[in-house]
Amino acid sequence: MDKNIKKVLVLGSGALKIGEAGEFDYSGSQALKALREEGIETVLINPNIATVQTSEGVADKIYFLPVTPYFVEKVIAKENPDGLLLAFGGQTALNCGVKLHQSGVLEKYNLKVLGTQVQAIIDTEDRELFVKKLDQIDVKSIKSIAAENMEDALAAADQLGFPVIVRAAYALGGLGSGFCDNADELQKLAEKAFTFSNQLLIEKSLKGWKEIEYEVVRDCYDNCITVCNMENFDPLGIHTGESIVVAPSQTLTNSEYHKLREIAIRIVRHIGIVGECNVQYAFDTESEDYRVIEVNARLSRSSALASKATGYPLAFVAAKLGLGYGLQDLKNSVTKTTPAFFEPALDYIVVKIPRWDLGKFHGVSKEIGSSMKSVGEVMAIGRTFEEAIQKGLRMIAQGMHGFVGNKTLNIEDLDKGLSIPTDKRVFIISQAFQAGYTIDQIHALTKIDRWFLQKLKNIIDCNNELSDCQSYAELPDDLLWQAKKWGFSDFQIARSIVKNESEDLEDEILKVRAERKKRGITPVVKQIDTLAAEFPAQTNYLYITYNGTSNDVKYLGDHRSVVVLGSGAYRIGSSVEFDWCSVNALLTVRKMGYRSVMINYNPETVSTDYDMCDRLYFDELTFERVMDILDLENPQGVIVSVGGQIPNNLAMRLDEQNVHILGTSAQSIDNAEDRHKFSSMLDRLVINQPRWKELTSLKDIFGFVDEVGFPLLVRPSYVLSGAAMNVCSNKEELESFLQLAADVSKKHPVVVSEFVQNAKEIEIDAVASKGEIIVYAISEHVEYAGVHSGDATIQFPAQRIYVETVRQIKKVAKQIAQELNISGPFNMQFLAKNNEVRVIECNLRASRSFPFVSKVLKINFIELATRVMMGEEVEKPNKNEFDLDYVGIKASQFSFSRLQKADPVLGVDMASTGEVGCIGDNFYEAILKSMLSVGITIPKKNILFSTGPTKSKVELLEAARLLSEKGYNLYATGGSQKFLVDNGVPATLVYWPSDNKKPQAIDLIKDKKIDLVVNIPKNLTQGELKNGYQVRRAAIDFNIPLLTNDRLASSFINAFCKLDVDDIQIKSWDEYR
Amino acid sequence: MYKSSPAQLVLEDGTVLQGKSFGYETPVSGEVVFNTAMVGYPESLTDPSYSGQILTVTYPLIGNYGVPDESINNRLSVFFESEKIQVTGLVISDYSFQFSHWNAKKSLGDWLIENKIPGIYGIDTRELTKILREKGSIKGKILFPEMDDIDFVDPNLENQVAKTSCTEVIRYGNGSKTIALVDCGIKHNIIRCLLKRDVSIIRVPWNYDFNTLEYDALFISNGPGNPQFCGETVEHIRQALNNERPIFGICMGNQLLAVAGGASTYKLKYGHRSHNQPVQMVGTNRCFITSQNHGFAVDSNTLGSDWEPLFVNMNDGTNEGIRHKSKPFFSAQFHPEASSGPVDTEFLFDDFLKMINTK
Repeated sequence: MDKNIKKVLVLGSGALKIGEAGEFDYSGSQALKALREEGIETVLINPNIATVQTSEGVADKIYFLPVTPYFVEKVIAKENPDGLLLAFGGQTALNCGVKLHQSGVLEKYNLKVLGTQVQAIIDTEDRELFVKKLDQIDVKSIKSIAAENMEDALAAADQLGFPVIVRAAYALGGLGSGFCDNADELQKLAEKAFTFSNQLLIEKSLKGWKEIEYEVVRDCYDNCITVCNMENFDPLGIHTGESIVVAPSQTLTNSEYHKLREIAIRIVRHIGIVGECNVQYAFDTESEDYRVIEVNARLSRSSALASKATGYPLAFVAAKLGLGYGLQDLKNSVTKTTPAFFEPALDYIVVKIPRWDLGKFHGVSKEIGSSMKSVGEVMAIGRTFEEAIQKGLRMIAQGMHGFVGNKTLNIEDLDKGLSIPTDKRVFIISQAFQAGYTIDQIHALTKIDRWFLQKLKNIIDCNNELSDCQSYAELPDDLLWQAKKWGFSDFQIARSIVKNESEDLEDEILKVRAERKKRGITPVVKQIDTLAAEFPAQTNYLYITYNGTSNDVKYLGDHRSVVVLGSGAYRIGSSVEFDWCSVNALLTVRKMGYRSVMINYNPETVSTDYDMCDRLYFDELTFERVMDILDLENPQGVIVSVGGQIPNNLAMRLDEQNVHILGTSAQSIDNAEDRHKFSSMLDRLVINQPRWKELTSLKDIFGFVDEVGFPLLVRPSYVLSGAAMNVCSNKEELESFLQLAADVSKKHPVVVSEFVQNAKEIEIDAVASKGEIIVYAISEHVEYAGVHSGDATIQFPAQRIYVETVRQIKKVAKQIAQELNISGPFNMQFLAKNNEVRVIECNLRASRSFPFVSKVLKINFIELATRVMMGEEVEKPNKNEFDLDYVGIKASQFSFSRLQKADPVLGVDMASTGEVGCIGDNFYEAILKSMLSVGITIPKKNILFSTGPTKSKVELLEAARLLSEKGYNLYATGGSQKFLVDNGVPATLVYWPSDNKKPQAIDLIKDKKIDLVVNIPKNLTQGELKNGYQVRRAAIDFNIPLLTNDRLASSFINAFCKLDVDDIQIKSWDEYR
Repeated sequence: MYKSSPAQLVLEDGTVLQGKSFGYETPVSGEVVFNTAMVGYPESLTDPSYSGQILTVTYPLIGNYGVPDESINNRLSVFFESEKIQVTGLVISDYSFQFSHWNAKKSLGDWLIENKIPGIYGIDTRELTKILREKGSIKGKILFPEMDDIDFVDPNLENQVAKTSCTEVIRYGNGSKTIALVDCGIKHNIIRCLLKRDVSIIRVPWNYDFNTLEYDALFISNGPGNPQFCGETVEHIRQALNNERPIFGICMGNQLLAVAGGASTYKLKYGHRSHNQPVQMVGTNRCFITSQNHGFAVDSNTLGSDWEPLFVNMNDGTNEGIRHKSKPFFSAQFHPEASSGPVDTEFLFDDFLKMINTK
C-alpha cells in the first residue's frame, strides 16, 4: 500500500433521499473501518447526524457540513488531507468530487483521489464518452443520442424511432428520466429533465428485455473478480431500484452468465476502475444479445445489496484497494484464511423487494417505471425462491402476509394492473392467478420470465391444497412441510384453513405453531459463509430456512445472548436513526460481556453488517420468526425499544409467550401506545392534554366536535410517523377518514382530539431507570404544531421557550416515567401555548431524534438506555443541555422531485425521507448550515412570495423587509403583494395560474427567474387551492428551492440576511465543546 | 403440487438422507462429491471427469433453464461436454419441475430419465457438503424403497479414463498446424477452444502411442479418477518430453505431465469442484478465477529439477499448474476451457498457439 497516505478525507452522501439512502452509511462506515485499521487518520464530511458513520470512534474528525464543493474545499484547506475517497458517498460525493477536480481544487491542494480516478468516473458518467469507450473494446451499448436542447432531443427520437427512453446525465436513481411513446410526451419530459441536467440522453427503448447486473472488483494489479450477479424479476423498463431483484441470476445458462461476466471484466479493465463498480445489462430473452445499460464507478445500492447477499464486504475491500493493496493481499473476511481474491459461491437465493410509501403523498402516481420512487428495501434469504419471496413480501411490512393469504385488493382491471406496473403489481399477479389467469397470460402482460411465474404459481397451488383442509388435524405432514418450505407463515396456513378474512388470527397462529412443533416441523439455521460450505467458516451471519434438516450453529444454551430487534425496511418515519440506535445497543451489549444478537433484514443498514454483533439473523421481524429464533437462542432477554415501531409492536405478544423483555415492561408499553389507556392515565394523573374522545360511534364523535370545533386530530393506536393520523377540517373529511382509520386496525381504538393551532411543539427524549429519569434532552420545533415531528425543523437545546415551560415539561415527564415505571429510552411530545403545556404523545422506545440529541449533547442516550435495560445501576451524567454553548438544528430532507405530481406540502402525515443535523455557534448559523445541507440554496436575486393566511403574512413581514433591504427583488401574488406594499415593502405583483394574466407565477418559475419560492398554504385540507399546488409543484419540477412553512421561511431568510456564507464556521464536531 | 416418489442417499458412514426422486429410478453407487458452481448443470453432468461419481450441487435451485438440444455435429456435442450424462447420480435441494429458456428442449428430470441416471431432490445439500468436507469424499448410493439395495463402489479403484476415452482416432479441423490430442475423457469445449484457433486435431484414445504420429504439438486432456491408472499414457508422454514440440495439459493432463516429469500425485480430501477457485501465477501478482473439477493433485515438492510450479491455488496452496524451465511444456490443473465456469484463463490456449507458431 501507499505509505505516504496518512490522512484521508471521506465524503458522505448527506441526508437520506429517494435514490440515495442508508446504503451509503454502510459503505462509508466500512471504508472508514478499512482506513482506521491501517492507522490512517480519517476526516468525514457528512451532515447526516443520524448515521453510524458520524459517530464517535468511526472517523477521527467529523464535519456536519453540506457535501458541496464550497464546503469541501474549506475542509480540505483546513485539514490538508493526503487522500480523498469519492466512491462511498453516492452520487452526491461523486458529483462533488468531479466538480472539485474540474475546478482544479484537488490539484491546488495536491490531494490524491484514491481508487478509481476522476477521469474514469467522467468516462462512465458522460454518456457519449462512455459509448465511445465501450466501442473501443467491441462492447454493445444502448444506442443513445445526447441532446443539449429540445430540438436535438426531438430529432434524436425521430432518428431512433419511438418508444424512447430519456435519461438525464449525472443524475442518480434515474432522476428526470422516463419513457416516451410520442413527441408530445418527450417534449413534456425533456423540459423538466433539462432543469436537472444540461445533457439528456435519448435512447431506443428495450422494454421487456431481462435486466442483469454484475458487481465487479478490480485492483491496481489488474486482478478482477465479479462478486455477485443479480437478475431483475421485473423486466427492463422498471428502474432496478424499483424492481424485485434476485441474486444470483436464476434464468441464465452458464454460457449467458459467463458471457456477461467476461464483458463486465473487460469493461472494468478498459475504464480503469480501482475498487468497486457495477455493470448493468439489458439481455435479450430469445438470444444471447445484450446491451450495456450503465456502469456505476462507485459503491451503490446494488453493491450494498451484493455485500449482504454474499457476505463479501465490497466497500471495505474497495477502500483497501484504493490504498494500493492487491486482492491477493487481503483476506476473505468470513473465512479469515482464504484470500479476498475469489468469487462467492452462494447456496441460497436472496430476493430484494422495494418498499414504497406512495400512499403518504397526495396526488402522486402509483405507477413505477424508469425513475426511482421507493424509499427502502428488504432482502429475504431462502433456499427456494418461493420461501425467499414470501419472506420478503412480509418484510416490506405493508400488511401483507406473503404472496397469498392477503386481503383482496380492489383492482378494477387485472389486465391493466398487470401490464402497467405499480407498487402493488406482485399482489396483482397473485390475484390474477387466483382469478384463473395462466402463466402464459401473465407472462404476456408483464413480460416477467415464466420461471418466476411458475414458482409463484407453486405458492398458489399449495395454498389451494391447504384450503381443501378443514382442520389442522386434517393437514397431511407432507403438505405442511411443503407449505413451510415454500415460505408459508403460520398466519397464511391458519387463514387458508380457518377461511376467515379477519386480520385477527393471533390465537390461530399459536395453534398452527403448536401443531407444527408437535409434528417436528421446525426450521433450521444456516450460515452465509461465501463458499457454500466448501471451507469451514466461523461466520455469525445467519438465516432461517425450512429447506434443510440440520442447524449450522451449535447453541450453547448459556443464556448469554441478548437479542436486539432491528427496524426493518427504511420507510418514511423510520430510517437510519433506528439503525444508529440498534448498532449502539449491540455495541453496548457486547461491551458488557454478553453475546449481541441482531435480527433485521434491511440490506442498507450497518446493523446488518455481521461485524457489528456476535450473531446476525438476517430474517423476518414477525412474531413467528422472532419466536423461532428465541427458541434457538434461549437468550437472557430481548430489547424491543431501539428499532422503532416494528419491535415495539411485538412487545405484548412476546410477553404473552413469557419472553423476557428487557427494560420497560410490555404492559407499560401498551399503556402508552394504546391511545385510550394513555389518555385515561393522563386524566387520572391530572396531566393536561388536548381534549380527546375515543371513537365508539360517529354520533358520539359529532357531539365531541360540537364541543371543540374543527380542526381535529384523528389517531389510531400504535402508529409511527402518522401512517393513519390526519387532521380533519370539516365533517366530510372526518367521516371519510374515520372509515379509513377504522380499517387500519380493528383491534386498537381510534382517538379523536382537539387540534391546537399556533402552539409550539416541544419534545423530550430521555432515558429512565425504574421510573427515574437519568438523562433528558428538550428540543423545540421551529414550526408550529401541525407539521409532523418527523418533518419539523428541530432545535436543540430549545432556544425560545419559557423557563416555566421547561419546568412543567420536566415535571410531567417525571410523573409519567414514574407511573409507567420506565426503564429504558422514551420520548414525549408536548404542545405549549401561553405557557400552558399539554401532552400529545408518549413512546416508550427510542425516537427518531435520539442520535441527534445524543450527538449534540455528546451523551450516548442509547448506551445509557441499554445499560439500564440490562439491569445496571447507571449514574446520572453530570452535564446537561443548559451547559451547551452551541445549537444543533435537525432539518428534513424531502424527495418531492422524485414523486411526480405529489403536492410538496407538509402536514401531520410525515413526508420527509431523511434529515440532517448541523451544529452552529448560534441559531442562525446552525439553521443556515442545515438548510444548505438539505439542498436549499441562498437566493441570488428574486424571491416569489405567496404568504397564505394573515397570520403567516404577518409572520413573514419582517423577513420580507429584510430581504428588500438586502436588495432582493420580491414578487408576490395578489393578497401577499398588497399586504407587503401596504406595509411599506416593495413587491412586484404576479398572477396565479387561474388568473390568466401576465406576469404569471408559473412562467417566472419555468423561466428560472426565481431563486426561492415561499408558498404558505392557507389550510391543511387536502383539496387545498389548485393554484398553490401548481406553484409549489412547478418549483419542485424546475428545481427551485421551496419553503412552505412561515416559521421556517422566516428563520431561513433571517439567517442568510444576517450571516454571509463566508461567516459559516468550518468546525468539526469535536471543536464544539 | 408435485407428487414424487421417495428416494434416499445412503453414505458409507451410515448417514441416510431422505429425499424425493426426479430422475430415473434405479439404485446406483459411486463416490459422492460436491460442486459449488451456481450455473452450468448441463455442462457439469456431461463432464467425463465426473465418471463414477454421484454429484451434489450446493446451489439449491436446479433445473431452472431446462436442458438444451442434444445434437452432435462432426463428433462434437453442440451444447454439452460429451455425448452423454457422465455422473452416476445427481443430488440437489430444490428441483424446478418447470423450466424457462428459449434454448431449452426438455426438463432436467426428463433428460436424466432418458439417460437412465437417478436424481434426488429435497436433500439438505449444505449439510451433506459439510459431511463431505469433514470426512472427505465418501462412497454413497441412491436407493429407492421398492428396489434392491446394492453394494458401495469406489470408482477410484477402477480405470475411469479407459471408460470415458474415445476408442478410435478422430480428426477435426484443417488448420496448418496439427495437434495430437490425448483423450483421457476430454471435455468437448477443449476441442472447440482449439478449433477456434484454426488448428488440425488428431484425437487419440488414452493409451494410443501418439509418438507414431506426425504432429506439431501435443495436448493432454482432462479426465476422471486416479492418474495412476494411466501408466501407458505417462510412458508415451515421457518419450515426447525428449523433443522440443510444445506440450499443453489440462487437469488430468497436468497430473500426467507432472508424473512423466518425475513428480507424484496424491488424493485431495474432498477435491476442488467449483467455479470460484483462485489461482496465482507463481512469481507474479496475476491472479485468476478458475473453474475446477479434480480429486487428485500434483505434489509440487516432488517436481523434477527441470520443472517449476506455474500456478498455485490461493485457498489451500496446492499445485495448479507446472512448466518446464527451458522447453515449451506447461499445464494447468484448472480448466481454461471453462464450460462451465469463468473464461478468464482461455488465454492459455493462445499461449499454446504462440508456442506452436514460433517454433
